[in-house]
Amino acid sequence: MSLVQPAAAPEAISPLREAWIVYRRNRPAMFGTLLLAVIVAFVLYGTFLYAGDPYEIVWAPQTPPGTEASVPFGTDYLGRDMLRGLLKGGGPTLSVGAAAAIITLLIGVSLGGIAGYFGGWLDDLLMRVTEFFQVLPALLFAMVVITLFSPSPITTAIAIGVVLWPQTARLTRAEFLKIRELEYVTAARSIGARNGRIMWRVILPNALPPLIVSATLTVGVAVLFQAGLSFLGLDDPNTMSWGLMIGTNRQYVLDAWWPVTLPGVAIFLTVFAVSLVGDGLNDAFNPKLRER
Amino acid sequence: MGSIAYIARRLVYGVILLIGVLVLNFFLIHAAPGDPAETIAGAMGGATAEMMADIRAAYGLDKPLLTQLAIYLGRVAHGDFGMSYYFDQPVISLIAARVGPTVLLVLAAQVIAITLGVAMGVLAARKPQGLMSGFVAVVSTIGYAAPVFWTGILLIILFASIIPIFPVSGMTGARFSSGSAAYVVEVLYHLALPAFTLAIIFLAQYSRLSRASMIDVLGADYVRTARAKGLGEGKVVFKHALRNAVLPIITVAGIQFGNLISGALLVESVFNWPGMGRLAFDSVLRRDYPTLLGILFFAALMVVVANLLTDLSYRIADPRIRTGGR
Repeated sequence: MSLVQPAAAPEAISPLREAWIVYRRNRPAMFGTLLLAVIVAFVLYGTFLYAGDPYEIVWAPQTPPGTEASVPFGTDYLGRDMLRGLLKGGGPTLSVGAAAAIITLLIGVSLGGIAGYFGGWLDDLLMRVTEFFQVLPALLFAMVVITLFSPSPITTAIAIGVVLWPQTARLTRAEFLKIRELEYVTAARSIGARNGRIMWRVILPNALPPLIVSATLTVGVAVLFQAGLSFLGLDDPNTMSWGLMIGTNRQYVLDAWWPVTLPGVAIFLTVFAVSLVGDGLNDAFNPKLRER
Repeated sequence: MGSIAYIARRLVYGVILLIGVLVLNFFLIHAAPGDPAETIAGAMGGATAEMMADIRAAYGLDKPLLTQLAIYLGRVAHGDFGMSYYFDQPVISLIAARVGPTVLLVLAAQVIAITLGVAMGVLAARKPQGLMSGFVAVVSTIGYAAPVFWTGILLIILFASIIPIFPVSGMTGARFSSGSAAYVVEVLYHLALPAFTLAIIFLAQYSRLSRASMIDVLGADYVRTARAKGLGEGKVVFKHALRNAVLPIITVAGIQFGNLISGALLVESVFNWPGMGRLAFDSVLRRDYPTLLGILFFAALMVVVANLLTDLSYRIADPRIRTGGR
């Protein structure tokens, strides 16, 4: 409770609202948001409108798209419906990508936050661990983890999260280092707030903008990782995904371009949309960039 | 800090990191479900009881965990990364045969990405709202969002059936005796597409970065001074501005090495390039853990060496670091 009432501020708007106003005016960002919404809607509801087993052989192999009404997107090398695969295959790609980004964020923010807040030997130790994980080529390490433990979407998500967290940790650490010196943190400490409370209730909310941007971009990277792993055939072969479609059809690519090209376009558009959203959030949260 | 002391410290640190990788390898084998001996032999089966007994004895699997770790590290110190039971060869000789092509691919991609990226960035920086800046933005987007294996396959379609000027698979055509000039040309010819494919991902980053960094530097006082004393535009851009703008690029180039190797795994698989990525892929399919873990170690070794070289080139490029900021 403040005793002195501040003079009427000229139209106070919350930072979040301000960010949204900036974001809404950003055309590429809004286009990305819309594109992402359309892709997610197709993946979530498409299978209701266009039902069917993506593994079922329905027509002659390698029927080009647009030549046969019952298979509008054509068929793959076995004669399986491409559209069914595209709709069904988006699910694992998107959900594993999102889950991996969440795991990345959990590990990265906890370790980075602890390192940045406490500093000293703990910071040194955690940063050495971070550097260690940056020395391991991420995709190779993920391959090893998936091979050692049986392949499943959960293993894939964990493997991707385990290899992607160092960057988030570094970013979180830098933010925590900066914010912990600010006056409102000292103020919180002086009224007796414990470390845990200061870290997660005082510093973290203020460190969120760059973390949200980085988390968004991590989703894009995780989607690419999932696609790469399933392209190599490391994901569960019974889970249809865009990467798997590319991997299984690539031998026949010189006979038929669409079974490889279409899932690739789907991956490209997804990651493209995510990156537009990420860039837009970055601009919206970063007032310094707005004038440019 | 003197250069030699600094390099020595980085070397020791690199060795510690690599020992860390080995310890991680060791615990990964033990954390995997099932009998470690079976894991080492390869879960595809085919290991006889005699082989299993050999493995148990060789790795001391009946001894305490720490003793086992010591045995494992001792074997690696002697260059023994175990046997690949699938390929029926020592892991070290399998990898030795594959390191060269991967290093070649990764370095070629890095050189292409940096050269093209910096050139595009410099051109774009001179007109921040111009056509080249737009082009850089488009290339960045493609490089970021397109899966590298997919770009590779699209290039295969393009170069195999539409404009067949580059070979799309393997490292050499028919039999070539290694060492001859014709062999070198043949390898470079086959290298073109895979290296370019891999470079596309990183091209985006370098062009964006060098554009931003050049815009900064071109606004600096010393560039104005250089112009004021009447130097030609080429001299200003390349001798005064670029040398300063290149520093952040070196930093990123060092950081990117791990990612380059990850990308090479996929590119090698697409173009049938006979490097470590192909080997990794084959050993994953055969659940050949000794080979896979050996590759993980050598890939980490490559990253450590690359980081060390980055540090050194940074010191050469920026005299301020060499003299400790004095």
